[in-house]
Amino acid sequence: MKSLSKAIPLIVTLLACAFLLIPIIQSVLAGLTVNYFRGLSSGLTLKWVARVLELYSGSILLSIWIALACLVVTLILGVPAAYALARNPGRASRVLEEFISLPLAIPGLALALALLQLYGTLQGFRTSWTFILVGHVLYTLPFMVRSVLSVLAAIDLKVLEEGAASLGAGPARRFFDIVVPNALPGILAGALTVVTLSIGEFNLTWMLHTPYLKTLPVGLADSYASMRLEVASAYTLVFFVMIVPLLMAMQWASARAQRIMQ
Amino acid sequence: MGQRQFLMLCLLPLAVFTLAFLAIPLGRLILASGESEAGWAIYLKIIQTPRYVSTLVQTVVVSLAVTAAALAISTTAGLFLVRNRFVGRNTLLSILTLPLAFPGVVVGFMIILLGGRQGLVNQILPGHWVFAYSITGLFLGYLYFSIPRVLLTVMAAAEKIDPALEEAAQTLGAPQHRIVIDVLLPALSPALIAAGAIAFATAMGAFGTAFTLATDIDVLPMVIYTEFTLSANIAMASALSVILGLVTWTMLLIARSFSGGTVAAGG
Repeated sequence: MKSLSKAIPLIVTLLACAFLLIPIIQSVLAGLTVNYFRGLSSGLTLKWVARVLELYSGSILLSIWIALACLVVTLILGVPAAYALARNPGRASRVLEEFISLPLAIPGLALALALLQLYGTLQGFRTSWTFILVGHVLYTLPFMVRSVLSVLAAIDLKVLEEGAASLGAGPARRFFDIVVPNALPGILAGALTVVTLSIGEFNLTWMLHTPYLKTLPVGLADSYASMRLEVASAYTLVFFVMIVPLLMAMQWASARAQRIMQ
Repeated sequence: MGQRQFLMLCLLPLAVFTLAFLAIPLGRLILASGESEAGWAIYLKIIQTPRYVSTLVQTVVVSLAVTAAALAISTTAGLFLVRNRFVGRNTLLSILTLPLAFPGVVVGFMIILLGGRQGLVNQILPGHWVFAYSITGLFLGYLYFSIPRVLLTVMAAAEKIDPALEEAAQTLGAPQHRIVIDVLLPALSPALIAAGAIAFATAMGAFGTAFTLATDIDVLPMVIYTEFTLSANIAMASALSVILGLVTWTMLLIARSFSGGTVAAGG
């Protein structure tokens, strides 16, 4: 009985790992074998990966471009706002924080419908990459704000700033010389989260994209529907190679920011 | 420039962006739901139309089932990983959190690789084993992206439980399963409620996975999508989106009131 009750959690953990890992391995293998249905004996090849880069490099580059643009915008919008919220911790700030976090709670599909109905007829905007960017900023902004805010809330900003003010530093100078350096761990964690989420975003992007502007995940959906399994797998493999290091960096940076706060 | 004006200036870009691309569009969405011939009675029409009702019921049932399964699996695995240190533990933990960064479409593809026509299960087992495109496939897909989210919430809470509680129960002679039921689960219950609410909301709103898998499964996001793109029934798509948004938002409010953080929805 005792050994059984010890064994069950281990078995459940291993089964869960197998469930998550096996299809990942399958997709990596399928993307690298000559013919997946004949198995590994048909030999290993990089031709499917090359095919993906040939077919979808535009999508991959667009995703990287949008992720970087999204990072710039969330930094400009998010960091100063997090500072303002940290300096005025009150009911109004909490309501605002809650409101900008709505895109985490409302499914991307619904947000996209809302954006499309308001701006869908604005031709120059609707067909430009900035329309997708707006969706990505909406979705990632709360992560940047919260990440910076939680770091700023843990330090005594007021005392630091009063010290600087007594030496004659104005508000803008204090923001760049005191607030930003102190918030850096939060900014880093937020930045990695923003880039990781932007590169993987599908639900909003699928509704906002045009046939000429396909991001990486939109291209993935495309390849799952119309390409042979090896190409779809190779494309997924390319995505894993991009996203897994980002995810690990993001987890490292978040853990680091949390350690610094304590 | 004074401190107050500077703080206002700091908030201004975010306020303008949020107003233009969140507040006004959401307002427009709500108004659009009342702009069909039916007017606001469209919400009444939803509960009177069997197709929409069965979609709602089906979505809720799948989401509840996924929530229950993810809670059971992730709590078991999470407690095990918090209470035991061994070689390979970090590897297991990495594997279990890997899908956090996968979009719903990729999760859908993972399920196709497992249970599709050319999937692993169909190749290994004799007979016909294709479940990816059915409600089973949808359940497994949702479970795939729910396990990591629930696991992280549970582990964060489990690490904060005072080990003295468990030791006290042990010295008093409580068997292992009683310790779990009487000590650990009650201490974890706020985290379990929060994690369950997050898992439920994520499953309700998941679009990418259903999009990749579903050929004939009516779940709410897919119905919204087809109403909008195929039927061009904007008012109905908007009304269903409003309902979906209200449900997921309420669930996440519950989650937030029980524990501080929120893990990103998605899928």
